[in-house]
Amino acid sequence: MAIDIDTARKVAKLARIRVEEADLPRLADQLSGILGFMEELNEVDVTGVEPMTSVTPMRLKRRADVVTDGNIQAQVLKNAPDAREGFFAVPKVVE
Amino acid sequence: MSANTWTIAAARDALRKGEISAVDLTMSCLTAIDAGDGLNAFVHKTPEIALEQARAADARLKGGETPAMCGIPLGIKDLFCTKGVPSQAASNILKGFKPEYESTVTSKLFEAGAVMLGKLNMDEFAMGSSNETSCYGNAVSPWQRKGSNVQLTPGGSSGGSASAVAADLCLAATGTDTGGSIRQPAAFTGIVGIKPTYGRVSRWGIVAFASSLDQAGPMTKSVRDAAIMLQVMCGHDPKDSTSADIPVPDFEAALTGDIRGKIIGIPKEYRMDGMPEEIEALWAQGIEMLRDAGAEVRDISLPHTKYALPAYYVIAPAEASSNLARYDGVRYGHRAKLAQGDGITEMYEKTRAEGFGPEVQRRIMVGTYVLSAGFYDAYYNRARKVRALIKRDFEVVFAEGVDAILTPATPSAAFGLGEMADADPVQMYLNDVFTVTVNLAGLPGISVPVGLDGQGLPLGLQLIGRPWEEDALLNYAHVLESRAGFVAKAEKWW
Repeated sequence: MAIDIDTARKVAKLARIRVEEADLPRLADQLSGILGFMEELNEVDVTGVEPMTSVTPMRLKRRADVVTDGNIQAQVLKNAPDAREGFFAVPKVVE
Repeated sequence: MSANTWTIAAARDALRKGEISAVDLTMSCLTAIDAGDGLNAFVHKTPEIALEQARAADARLKGGETPAMCGIPLGIKDLFCTKGVPSQAASNILKGFKPEYESTVTSKLFEAGAVMLGKLNMDEFAMGSSNETSCYGNAVSPWQRKGSNVQLTPGGSSGGSASAVAADLCLAATGTDTGGSIRQPAAFTGIVGIKPTYGRVSRWGIVAFASSLDQAGPMTKSVRDAAIMLQVMCGHDPKDSTSADIPVPDFEAALTGDIRGKIIGIPKEYRMDGMPEEIEALWAQGIEMLRDAGAEVRDISLPHTKYALPAYYVIAPAEASSNLARYDGVRYGHRAKLAQGDGITEMYEKTRAEGFGPEVQRRIMVGTYVLSAGFYDAYYNRARKVRALIKRDFEVVFAEGVDAILTPATPSAAFGLGEMADADPVQMYLNDVFTVTVNLAGLPGISVPVGLDGQGLPLGLQLIGRPWEEDALLNYAHVLESRAGFVAKAEKWW
């Protein structure tokens, strides 16, 4: 399926990646190429096949629902581009 | 020979006998690294940490405590989080990120006495097959074509690891493999690289690309070294819910060289149209070597092989788009400068546009598309069904008695840096054609250097094993390695 410019714009928006209008045609073109390659999968008969969900058959382990760490606020915030008063700081979200 | 050229096995023995100190061994690597800047393999050097760890290793050795990797100097792929040391997955979006924690794999290596020389170049977020998508610039292969000084790719994504090991800047390195990122660069640079069974090595603290495909493994100068280093990297980790809680066999003890009566499968679907004759010939030689060692060679069919690449390029970007959603400019790494009036959405969009390179952006958007409403079933679910069939192909041949499978590791020798610049993205993806099936099926796979092509470049073969049987797989690889007798080294130009 060919990706048009509107779809490319929408995908970029969903992915939260800014793409300039001038770059959208090239992006649409590349995405079309890649998705065209994936169309080969339509040749395969997948009737009755369950989608693979786990690589090796294993039961996920459970553990007690208890706190295992904490009190590391400084470490958590250490790499933040903007941290103030013990919080991550971001542009205003609510008007 | 200067000590940086040694194998892990040789260095281990020399260290235990006191013939060299860990500090001297480490110094010889640090000297080689400083002289190897032209390869752009080491992107963050950590000589102070290395020497401190080497001194601690010497103290342990003096006290008679000699764990397997004690005093062995390693390079660590930039994808591994290392405490207090830049760990940015070769991406600008993680610029300045210094983890407050240590990945399970590096912790295990350090507990076993290993020395970290620094962080190694790679493709951004491990997305690439030539190490040309790195924010640090290209890693360069130590190998060159006969009579040419064209710079070649060491492969990718673990390109810095491959270049550093092949050029003797370190004794061995860590790599990670999502679609071939250990095995393809190992083949391009004449070294050994093993991707273990999915779940064998903890993924905790390794920057995630595609979580159902990612596995870490060693990149080494010999199969024995791969066995020694993998041993330390493996094992159950409660911090990774997909890590397997099953015993880890003794890999080095498995290298008996006896493969008599074992059945090696040769899949006809891996004989591709347009495959260079040299690869075909190498494969035939490999078959002969294993047969000569007493193995039974059997033609097999893995009918869904052809669909592995397209399935991979749905599943891997889908998982990547989810995993990479965390890079939002809030908790770590880069945040874009905002204009007056910009809100949080602009912050996300500008940060991600500035921080991610073009290939990573492309894959995130492909993943976003195949997971979006209306396309989820047509692409993502279909790809996961095809993946189930690919895995079943392997289960069938293993159930019929096949012990391991021999294939080429790559469809060509290393290409020149920049040579693929004008190719469309799908052309680059074809590099992974022989390796992605193994990730999709969660199997162990190893690349072993077997010969040189007409231009003097290394070529490798891949062995694929049964799940959890890395011990047997390493033994087959050991036999192939000894029969092939590959000893060529890149001529020093850097």
